Amino acid sequence: MNSIINLGLWQIAAAYIFVIILLFIVKIKGIPREKEILISSIRMTLQLILTGYILLYIFDNSHPLYTILIIVIMEVFAIYNVFKRVKLDLSMNIKKIIALSMASGTILSVLYFILVVINLSPWYEPRYFIPLTGMLIGNSMTGISLGVSRLVDGIHKEKHLIESALMLGATPKMATKEIVDKAFDSAILPTINSMVGMGIVFLPGMMTGQILSGASPITAIEYQIAIMLGILGSVSLTSAIFVQLGYKTFFNEDSQLILEEESN
Amino acid sequence: MFFLKDVKYKSILDIKNLHIMKNKITCIVGESGSGKTTLLKLLNKMLSPDEGKIFYNGRSIRDMNSIELRRKVVMLSQVPLIFSGSIRDNLLMGLKFSEKPLVSDTILYNILEIVNLHKDLEETADKLSGGEKQRLSLGRILLIDPDVYLLDEPSSSLDEDTEEVIIEKLVSHTKSANKTLVMVTHSKRIAKTFADNIIEIKQGKIVI
Repeated sequence: MNSIINLGLWQIAAAYIFVIILLFIVKIKGIPREKEILISSIRMTLQLILTGYILLYIFDNSHPLYTILIIVIMEVFAIYNVFKRVKLDLSMNIKKIIALSMASGTILSVLYFILVVINLSPWYEPRYFIPLTGMLIGNSMTGISLGVSRLVDGIHKEKHLIESALMLGATPKMATKEIVDKAFDSAILPTINSMVGMGIVFLPGMMTGQILSGASPITAIEYQIAIMLGILGSVSLTSAIFVQLGYKTFFNEDSQLILEEESN
Repeated sequence: MFFLKDVKYKSILDIKNLHIMKNKITCIVGESGSGKTTLLKLLNKMLSPDEGKIFYNGRSIRDMNSIELRRKVVMLSQVPLIFSGSIRDNLLMGLKFSEKPLVSDTILYNILEIVNLHKDLEETADKLSGGEKQRLSLGRILLIDPDVYLLDEPSSSLDEDTEEVIIEKLVSHTKSANKTLVMVTHSKRIAKTFADNIIEIKQGKIVI
């Protein structure tokens, strides 16, 4: 195998030519996006440099507390990001359910993945634990965001159907079954679709990274298959917990649909 | 059957005393926005009053399980509820919601006869006209066979002749089955022809 090419400073700097090209294009077209492009390029650079040094430190000083701290930060960031991504008003109760499903769904999957699938020893080994957990949490965040949007939007749009069903004696679960099922479906669909194209349409980031850093493609593929299945499990578990608990926040103890506006 | 005492709901309804008789046809009339639908929704706990008490067969409904109450006191909303699927699926959906045993096609055709909907059970329900959808929804709740029917403008999408026929069949069906019928209607003519009791609501208050 060839030795790994370490990128020198000037080589990385050369890659910024793409940012300059993009800035040039938007300038010519008169699209007012220069500020965002500059800010996002700078943020990306600084965040990654910071993360790089933090990871370097943590890898050299591996300790379960550091690993746990990083996971907690990732979880908090991911949950906050779900709130931001869903462009709908969310009640306090549904926010709690989102946080609960994200935390319990991802932690359960991560523990299974780390302890059973990878069989990592020591379990907190940050070189494995942090990137793998990050992938599970990141993908679950995307999945649950779609599920939340679909559920909240569906319940608001189908308010009359739900109420009519309740009037006929349906339980809230029966009355929202279709919406809940659709929300779950839209949460897991991107993961299922990405599995279909994997390896043919694109090489996943993790696998590419491993290959570039000198690992054998076979090792990279083994990890990629395992992580994809882990992602599938984590996204499914997180979304299933969310939809199972989420719809209940729209009903009170008298099985009445509670939305902001009441009709006469 | 129902007794309402000092019931207030937001600024929409304010009822001092109201009896709704068992095995009778009661019509609720009044202008739109007067609180008719809200009154129906209070009777099967789709809404809960801010103040006052509602009794059903002598028991305060506050202490009753909402789902169980709604399976005895079924309400038909003004907007017909149509699911994708056939007419049969739509009729049976009510039984599924109220967790009652499903029935044979013969019984389903009898129900369609009562609501004057001469269609095949296999037909797609989505393709029906507004009036037909309303009759299908009506058929669905007849099939549930509850103790009390709460109907919110059950004939609003029907023309006058069909309306008369349907209401007449509905009334004779509920009378012969010893059921209680509470019906919101904008038509005083319907109320005068069929009701044993008429409740008129004006700006949330009972006037007669």
